[in-house]
Parts: sequence; C-alpha cells; structure tokens
Amino acid sequence: MSFISLLWVLLLGSLLGLELIGKVPPTLHTPLMSGANAISGITMLAALTLIVKAEGNIPLLIIGSVSLGFALFNVVGGFYVTDRMLAMFSRKQSNKK
Amino acid sequence: MNLPVIIKFVIDLLAVLLLALGIKGLSKVKSARDANRLAAFAMSLSVVGLLSYYLGTSGIAIQSWIWIIIGSIIGSLFGAILAKKVPMTSMPETVALFNGCGGMSSLLVALGVAIFPISGGQENFDFFKSLINEVSISVSIFVGAITFTGSIVAMAKLQGWLSTPGWTQSKVRHFVNIVFAVASLIAFFDLINGNTSSIWLLVIVSSLLGIGVTLPIGGADMPVVISLLNSYSGIAAAAAGFVVDSQLLIVAGAMVGAAGLILTQVMCKGMNRSLVSVLFGGSLSAQSTSSSGSGEYTNITSCSVEECALTLEAANKVIIVPGYGLAVAQAQHTLREVTKKLEQNGIEVVYAIHPVAGRMPGHMNVLLAEADVPYEQLKEMDVVNPDFPATDVVLVLGANDVVNPQAKNDSSSPLYGMPVLDVQEARTVFVIKRGMSAGYSGIKNDLFDLPNTSMVFGDAKKVLNDLIGELKDLGVGEK
Repeated sequence: MSFISLLWVLLLGSLLGLELIGKVPPTLHTPLMSGANAISGITMLAALTLIVKAEGNIPLLIIGSVSLGFALFNVVGGFYVTDRMLAMFSRKQSNKK
Repeated sequence: MNLPVIIKFVIDLLAVLLLALGIKGLSKVKSARDANRLAAFAMSLSVVGLLSYYLGTSGIAIQSWIWIIIGSIIGSLFGAILAKKVPMTSMPETVALFNGCGGMSSLLVALGVAIFPISGGQENFDFFKSLINEVSISVSIFVGAITFTGSIVAMAKLQGWLSTPGWTQSKVRHFVNIVFAVASLIAFFDLINGNTSSIWLLVIVSSLLGIGVTLPIGGADMPVVISLLNSYSGIAAAAAGFVVDSQLLIVAGAMVGAAGLILTQVMCKGMNRSLVSVLFGGSLSAQSTSSSGSGEYTNITSCSVEECALTLEAANKVIIVPGYGLAVAQAQHTLREVTKKLEQNGIEVVYAIHPVAGRMPGHMNVLLAEADVPYEQLKEMDVVNPDFPATDVVLVLGANDVVNPQAKNDSSSPLYGMPVLDVQEARTVFVIKRGMSAGYSGIKNDLFDLPNTSMVFGDAKKVLNDLIGELKDLGVGEK
C-alpha cells in the first residue's frame, strides 16, 4: 500500500474514533477505558509479522516473541478485566427480572 | 489479487467493523458486555486473518511458530491470571499496567525492525530505505516508550509505591522535561539522517520523558493521565502499523487513539480540570499551600457510633456518599448490610455517586455493584443534589474532596468550580474518616467545620460493623 493511502486510513480511522464516543455515562468510563486499552493491544499483529518475517534471525525472533507476549498480556488481561467489571452491571439487571 | 490477499482483505474489513461496533457498544450500559466480547472476537479474527495470509503466501517457518507459541502462551497466561486475581479496588492501576505493556509491545516491534532490517521475502521489507519508515519507527518508539514508563509510574503512584518527590513540584521539572524533549527531538532527527545508533538515545530519553511528565501529577488527576496514556498506546499501535505496513493496525490504533482523547476530555470535564492544567499544573495540593485553602480546623465535632446509630434510626431519608476510602477498607459489603437494615425499617436509602468517586470515573459504581447494591439506588450527582435539603442524614464514607463546599464558596481555592455534592444542605452529616488528614487533593475540607457535621473517627469497615451492632441493639431491621 502506498504511503498516501495509509495516511487516508489513519485520517479516517481517527475520525471514526472521534465519532464513536459521544455521550458516555460516567458508570462506563472505567470499563470503556479498559476495553479500548485492550484493543490497543492490536499491535500484537505487528509482533506476529515481525516473527514470521524474521527468517531465522534469532535476536529478532526473541524481540518479536517478547513483544507478542507484552501485547497479549494487554489484550487478554484487558478484555478479561473489562468483562469482570461489566459482569457486575449485567448481573444486577438480570436479578431485576 | 490472489486468494490469500482477498481473504485477508475481507477479514481485516470485518475486524475493523466489529471493533468499531465494539467501541460504540461499550458506551452503553445495556450493550457493554456483549460489545466487549465482540471486540475480543474481532481481535482473534484479525490474528486468524494474518496467520492464514502468511500460510497462503510465504508460509510460516517452524521456528517462527515456536516463538509465536512461546510469546502468546506466556503473555496470555500472565494477563489472564492478573485479570482474574486483581481486586476491583485496584482497577485503575491494573488498566495502567496493561496499557504500559501495549506501549512496550509497539516499542519492541519498532526497535526490532530498526536494529535488524529484514530483507527478502515476497515484499520489500527493508524498512530503513525510506524516510517514512524511519519516521514511523521513531514515532512508534517515542510514543511507545512514553506510554510504557508513564503507565508504570502512574501504576506505582496509585499503588502508593511512589510518592510525589518535592522537586517535581517546582519549576525545575519543566526544565528537566524540556531537556528530555529536546534530546528526543535530536535523536529523532539523527535517526532520520540514517544514524541508526541514536535509536538507543531515543529509547532512553523518551522513557525518561514519560517518567518526568507523569511523576509530578497528583493522585487525583491520575485517571485522566491513564486515559491519555491509553490514547497514546493507540497512537503507538498506529505508528507500528506504518512500520509493518498494516492498514488494520493503523485503523484500530487511530480509533483507540481518538476515542481515548475524547474519553480523556469527558473525564476532565467531570473533574472541572483542563487537560493542560493536569499535565503541566502539578498536583493540586502543591498549589493550595499558598492559597487560603489551607488552614487549621476550628470547629470539629466528633461523635460516637452510638449517636450516629440513634440519628440514623430516627431518619426518613438517608443518602450515602461513598468514596475511595470505602473501597480501600473493602467495606462496600458491610455498608450494604447497614443500608439493608435501614431499608427494612422503612428508611429511604440512596447512594450519591460523584462523577469521579473512587479513583476513576465509574469506579465506585463497579465496587458497589460488586456488593449487590441495586442499580437504581445509585444516583448521579446532578440527580441527587436537589435532594439534599430534604435529607435527614448524609453518611460520607471515605469521600473528601467531592463533598468540599469550598468548591462552591471559595474562589481562591484550587478546587473552586469543581462540581461537588451539596451534602452540607442536609440536616445532619456524618463523616466517617480515619483521621483529620486531607483528601486526595491535599486541601482542607470546610465541611468538617460546619455545625451540622459530625466526625466519626475510625476505619470505615470497623465503624460500619459497630454501626450494625448498634442498630441491632436499637431493634432496627428486626422484623
């Protein structure tokens, strides 16, 4: 992909992000932050790319693997704690019925 | 286009769509939990897409598989264990830690590509050939390092492992941070000029900059900082997307970056702080020492748990104002028992939730939900404020700055203008507190001096337990 089209992607992605969150009830600030934070662990894809392209370069494989570990720590932990937090709200609602 | 490219394109598109829907859904109570799972699903989908693309094109060497498996298992395992074990009270620092690791990941990718330019393969993967790659590598390292060290400092401060050093409250810190910033700029340009070795300088000074910027910020502002750093980790991911030429990474990173900025702004509004003053103003307490906000208490009334119980028994309407102190004492379950007794006696009980109660917006809702407090009893500040004059008793539990009338009355106070709960309007206010120490902002609370305020000194959990005993003796809730 050319650099210019990547810039377009960046611009449109940012605009999308700005639009997605309008009014958020304060209740959800912490879960939302934690969920968005888990998504930022998408950099695991970059780590994967690095490992696949390393072609037997051991230091690069190690760096990629460590990077992948950090990213997955972020992703798995992030989604998990968000779910734990949100589970409390939904349990409340189902009790009601 | 061959098949693997088309498949990856479709999967990436689907993943972006699901991620966007996920973020959107997370901002509504009803859909939040499903939205979170949807986003998690989209992330796994994107991994499948990427791996299948490589399997269909260049193939993946056994050696690569081994390192992929090692990295994923260790990272996921630690993430899952921490997420499962961590108590709800330490949510803010946990998010900070996860966030820092995301930043670290982007930094490592850029570092790896910079030190070992990979060549060959199907695509031209020699990154240092073009200026754009150098810039994106530098940005990825710079933002990634700031995110990492900043988040770790934020976590350490919230955990109480790190206090705010005195020098960071003086003008010196601006000088120090400017030096770090200029040094990273120099490293940045040096790197673009092709001097690869200055990459280490960039790593070091941007790490120091992350520490230098976060360290002076007071505990009360930490949630805002974490939210901002969360936005940075999105930017770092987008920069890493440029490094490895992945649109999906750029879109997802940009989305998180932008959404994080909005959320940061929303939080700032709730605390009546501007982002600029959070970042450069230092901690609130440092400002207050010079203002009229500080001073001695002159008219403190303290009372026993027994008196408190007697007043509660006679009340018709009680409002509870929970704060972080309640969470620290792990007293939310005990509190729930107290309010159950009161409710059984026909007393109306409501919880007043300040937008920044706890240490992060929404934190208190999570904690009270954990203790089975019905969702309808949680009232937001704007809803509950008109109710205070008609309220008999207000119980302030471990909250401080959010009930400080100074924010309304004293224009010289650093808190002035912050939206607060008007608890002083109620007939009687009980403040359950360990001692006379100041709140998170370090500012004297005028509420404690008011004639209708009584202090009940003690650990929140112990006081509440005693209260249950006293209420039992009075026959409250024994029907």
